Amino acid sequence: MLTVDTLSTAYDRIEVLHSVSLHVRKGEIVALVGSNGAGKTTLLRTLSGVQPALSGRILFEGQEIHRLPAHVRVARGISHSPEGRQVFGPLTVEDNLWLGAFRRQGGASRARLDAVYSTFPVLAEKRHAAAMSLSGGQQQMLAIGRALMADPKLLILDEPSLGLAPLLVDQILDVVVDLKRKGITVLLVEQNASAALAIADRGYVLETGRIVLEGSGKVLLLDPKVRAAYLGT
Amino acid sequence: MAEFLQLVFSGLTVGVVYALVAMGFTLVYNASDVINFAQGDFVMIGGMGTVFLASAGIALPLAALIAVLAAVVVGLLLHRLAIEPARRATPVTLIMITIGASIFIKGVALIAFDKQFHSLPAFSGSDPIAVAGATILPQSLWVASGALALFAGLSLFLKKTLLGKALLATAANRLAARLVGINVAAILALAFGVSAAIGAVAGILVTPITLTRYDVGTLFALKGFAAAMVGGMGHPFGAIAGGLAIGLLEAFGAGYVSSTYKDAVAFLAILLVLFVMPRGLFGGRSVERV
Repeated sequence: MLTVDTLSTAYDRIEVLHSVSLHVRKGEIVALVGSNGAGKTTLLRTLSGVQPALSGRILFEGQEIHRLPAHVRVARGISHSPEGRQVFGPLTVEDNLWLGAFRRQGGASRARLDAVYSTFPVLAEKRHAAAMSLSGGQQQMLAIGRALMADPKLLILDEPSLGLAPLLVDQILDVVVDLKRKGITVLLVEQNASAALAIADRGYVLETGRIVLEGSGKVLLLDPKVRAAYLGT
Repeated sequence: MAEFLQLVFSGLTVGVVYALVAMGFTLVYNASDVINFAQGDFVMIGGMGTVFLASAGIALPLAALIAVLAAVVVGLLLHRLAIEPARRATPVTLIMITIGASIFIKGVALIAFDKQFHSLPAFSGSDPIAVAGATILPQSLWVASGALALFAGLSLFLKKTLLGKALLATAANRLAARLVGINVAAILALAFGVSAAIGAVAGILVTPITLTRYDVGTLFALKGFAAAMVGGMGHPFGAIAGGLAIGLLEAFGAGYVSSTYKDAVAFLAILLVLFVMPRGLFGGRSVERV
């Protein structure tokens, strides 16, 4: 579904990603792990088009998308829940969700709104509250719900459990597994590497802008280098 | 007392116009961090356009409509030709670009129109209405009700339509706006277009009272800017309150001190507000980054 081919990205002429290649198959959960500053968020931003690529190619469903602006990529079916939630603070929860469906107006978006509310009942309770009044966990649910409103084929999740209580982390990861069951492909970046690899079909390890390891979630979980670097054992 | 009331009436009339200009500043600033100093020139285009179209024999309402559309086109061109190509520039650079654009618009207006002051006939006569010993011009009521209609329309647009919400979303978080598929450049163009329309309508409403000329935009921009700063840049209610406050202060300054220093009042108000409460009356976002 998604193929990244020797992709490089730079911030102000400083190259952050060096010739990264990876792929995501339809229906998979793929986890991307790596320490802070490895370039995970930059990679995701380059995929969704808010950060321009320096060189290399991105193919989505067989078509080149790396020259398309971000809003066209959303229309193609790539939806990105960014690091740090980035909700529209002054707007209500429900407006945030409707804006998620900005490229998908129509009768089906009502059904998706109901689906988001049944996945995250707390959002339905707070539908008229300003997004900035929500707790961190609720804002995270809102960011994921907003991304789902775009009816994505590929959902990109950047650090969905950052700063959340352990119980909420489990709840969010359960939702991710459930999305996979519903046929949504997920590319997941998580600082909680063991939890991410445990639910992932495959994983990639990114170090200083390069892919250094790839394999199935289970294999990476047992890899001694991964354990030492990211799992603290 | 009658004199006081008279000053209040005239202060509120011009204050409403400053408030409309300040609304234009606010709209563009929120969507793009740009302070558009060509905002006052939309007021001029509205007034001068209507004057010249009407003198060419076009009925006043139609002339006004065409003038508003012309201002919208100028606003969109300003965005497309001057702001969009420089979208990676710093806010200060963008502000300088708008000052340049403002000078350019004035130059074109000087050639296309002329150097004279012009007026429009008042919409419904000019017999003053007596209120508690003071008088109010019928045109002032047009200015006030026109402004009310614009405020109401704009607020409905922002709160009730998806496009309006997309504009607010872009103002709140541009990265997230791009990630949900909002074309941020199109939203910016929309903000420029709408603010141009607001400015042009203000210009048409006020021209029967204050006259217009190719260069009246400068003072409208500076006072609208003062209004937006006093109210707190980026805050819509601040823009309205700031506009009315600047209009009243100016009228009192002219009435009780000296009309020679009328224009200085707005700038004294900015200085005072910046010293005492740098974020303006309504707080809002820090203006340091500008």
